[in-house]
Amino acid sequence: MKNPFESLDRILEHRLRLQIVSVLAANDTYDFNALKELLDATDGNLATHLKALEREKYISVTKSFVDRKPNTRYKITERGRTAFKKHLDALEELIRQQRK
Amino acid sequence: MNPTESYQKDLESIRHLMERSVKFLSLSGLSGILAGVYALIGTFFAYRILYDQQTPFDYHDPDVKAIVIASRLILIAFLVLVTSLATGYWLAARKAKRLGLKVWDATSKRLVINLAIPLFTGGIFIGILLLRGYYELAAPASLVFYGLALIQASSNLVDEIRYLGYLEILIGLIAAVLPGYGLYAWALGFGGLHILYGSLMFKKYDS
Repeated sequence: MKNPFESLDRILEHRLRLQIVSVLAANDTYDFNALKELLDATDGNLATHLKALEREKYISVTKSFVDRKPNTRYKITERGRTAFKKHLDALEELIRQQRK
Repeated sequence: MNPTESYQKDLESIRHLMERSVKFLSLSGLSGILAGVYALIGTFFAYRILYDQQTPFDYHDPDVKAIVIASRLILIAFLVLVTSLATGYWLAARKAKRLGLKVWDATSKRLVINLAIPLFTGGIFIGILLLRGYYELAAPASLVFYGLALIQASSNLVDEIRYLGYLEILIGLIAAVLPGYGLYAWALGFGGLHILYGSLMFKKYDS
């Protein structure tokens, strides 16, 4: 069998990025402020990792205005969902192997 | 921390976040019990209005009498709804504080929207039924629409709420084919089932 370490997703190995993707995998869309609140992250940190995920095309971004305030919504892409599933499988496989 | 522990922590945080971002976990089982109690009190007054011969109605015109009765019943239903929602909100806010969560977040907003669509549709539909004189269908319709609202909202609540929704719909449909039992169906659906479900949820999630 393939080494599960190689199946780990390089992008999702960072915990905050993994957390962002899990929230987006469970919800249709999520906005920046709600993510910030849920993950208890700072603006800068969250924005950096969202950018990284966006660059990898794991998530898509929609910007709009709600009551004249900017509102940024994030959505997971098919590519992101596949990567998330693969990463989860790899994590489970690693834990299983090391328990032996 | 060895790598296995770190992966395990990753998986735990994923599971926790996925649940917390979708499910509104602050709703207390106690609010279900109290909503049931309010509904039973409401049904008791509705019963008196409908069947107590001592009710001092001075109206001799049956149409006017029907309107007076209908408006009193609507008032009771409204009071039961408002007190239940207020209690539910108050208890949820307390539980959220205890869990270190916010009561008003993206999840609870979604829950409110999911509940509101079938409930508003039902409310308007029941209003139309009353205006057109189909009084006996109002109680069954309220149970059916409430059941649909619960099923819709169950994706944002603990899963068991779905079955409460099915039961409400079933009781509503049975009441619709058995005219004259609307009030009993109401007492069972909004009173009995809420108390039963509230107790089960309270035991499972709050203690």
